[in-house]
Amino acid sequence: MIRVVLPAHLKMLAKVSGEVELEVAGTPSPASVIDALEARFPVLLGTIRDPSTRQRRKFVRFFACEKDLSLEPIDVALPEDVTRGREPFFVIGAMAGG
Amino acid sequence: MSGVRVLVGTRKGAFVLRADGTRKNWDVSGPFFGGWEVFHVKGSPVDPNRIYASQSTSWFGQLIQRSDDGGLSWNPVGNQFIYDGVPGTHQWYDGTPHPWEFARVWHLEPSLSDPDTVLAGVEDAALFRSVDGGMSWSELSGLRGHDTGSAWQPGAGGMCLHTIIVSPKDPCRIFVAISSAGAFRSDDEGTTWRPINHGLHSEGLPDEDAEVGHCVHRIALHPSNPDVLYMQKHWDVMRSDNAGESWSEVSGNLPSDFGFAIDVHAHEPETVYVVPITSDSEHFPPEGKLRVYRSRSGGNEWEPLARGLPQEHCYVDVLRDAMAVDTLDDCGVYFGTTGGQVYASANSGDSWDPIVRDLPAVLSVEVQTLA
Repeated sequence: MIRVVLPAHLKMLAKVSGEVELEVAGTPSPASVIDALEARFPVLLGTIRDPSTRQRRKFVRFFACEKDLSLEPIDVALPEDVTRGREPFFVIGAMAGG
Repeated sequence: MSGVRVLVGTRKGAFVLRADGTRKNWDVSGPFFGGWEVFHVKGSPVDPNRIYASQSTSWFGQLIQRSDDGGLSWNPVGNQFIYDGVPGTHQWYDGTPHPWEFARVWHLEPSLSDPDTVLAGVEDAALFRSVDGGMSWSELSGLRGHDTGSAWQPGAGGMCLHTIIVSPKDPCRIFVAISSAGAFRSDDEGTTWRPINHGLHSEGLPDEDAEVGHCVHRIALHPSNPDVLYMQKHWDVMRSDNAGESWSEVSGNLPSDFGFAIDVHAHEPETVYVVPITSDSEHFPPEGKLRVYRSRSGGNEWEPLARGLPQEHCYVDVLRDAMAVDTLDDCGVYFGTTGGQVYASANSGDSWDPIVRDLPAVLSVEVQTLA
């Protein structure tokens, strides 16, 4: 079971308030977690990955276990603490000043 | 009893403003999609309960929301705007070829006859159509595929298709406008297109009378006379009497002919409204006085309409999609500002009252006249 923390804008779309728990087959990666997330919440299609390129949107980041995974290959295996549900996988909206 | 519903898109959500036909007491609901930019909200002319909204952020991309109950509740529909075929390139700011990249939906234009059919004007400039209530979108790629398409260039605000008008007398005829490519017309429901910019003159272009490259800000027409078009260009207010075949300037005595919004009175085809803005570098009203200008002669002769509007220290802008009219007997005129005010006139512009004063910056205003 993977625990996913969404940013506020996407929680609003998915109509969830807390963490999202997902079952992900195989070796979980950011890509397979996002696949599972989109399957459960189709409204999130295109909001985390560009619908044309399937690449992470430039103002979206992936964090886990106090590490920024955003620049890792999107199909890299997630840390064991995430795959065992001990730590959440964070989808983050990049900070903006002003 | 008749009434009106004003649909407001802002930098931080959508709002729905409701009043009865007196237009004196307003109910304000929202924000819907709080925190998201809502570039445009527009209702179906044939089913007023059907409303489409364009919701986006730079972070999470584009969504289209649809309401089937007059804006009380909303549901996301399709958000896949994929350019047809190999997208190719347009011209970038430095003159180099740049791939077409979808950014957002600027304008939604529901069909005049079918609530499930809606057109979408997007950045980078292209026209999409849905025939299933927004669930799926297909590009009308004849526009972007026009011979001039690879030469189109964005303005400072991006290369956006912001104006879509389907002729009320001929559904095969569609007008669009793109910043900064110009105006285009299709006479075959959007399959093929041609530029309609003859007579436009833009000092920022090497060839000031070029076929394309003009920064058209907005076009409006009156349903009873759809061959007469009014245009607010980057500079210049223009008029065409032949469906865009040629244009002539009707700026006349305006204090500035720069601006964004333009609209036509619901019952008087020669009565036109603009909001002059100081210049392309000073996006606020001349002298800090917010004034709508009205021409009752189809242009050239303009009168200021200032009663009820701030006449000192006002430095807001009125954006291109932020003016609309209702069709009640005494035509209502509405506009929103980047300062978050939405003003309404229930007497064709003679006097104004704010409906709300402190919304986020207003991007668009549309009005539904309800039976």
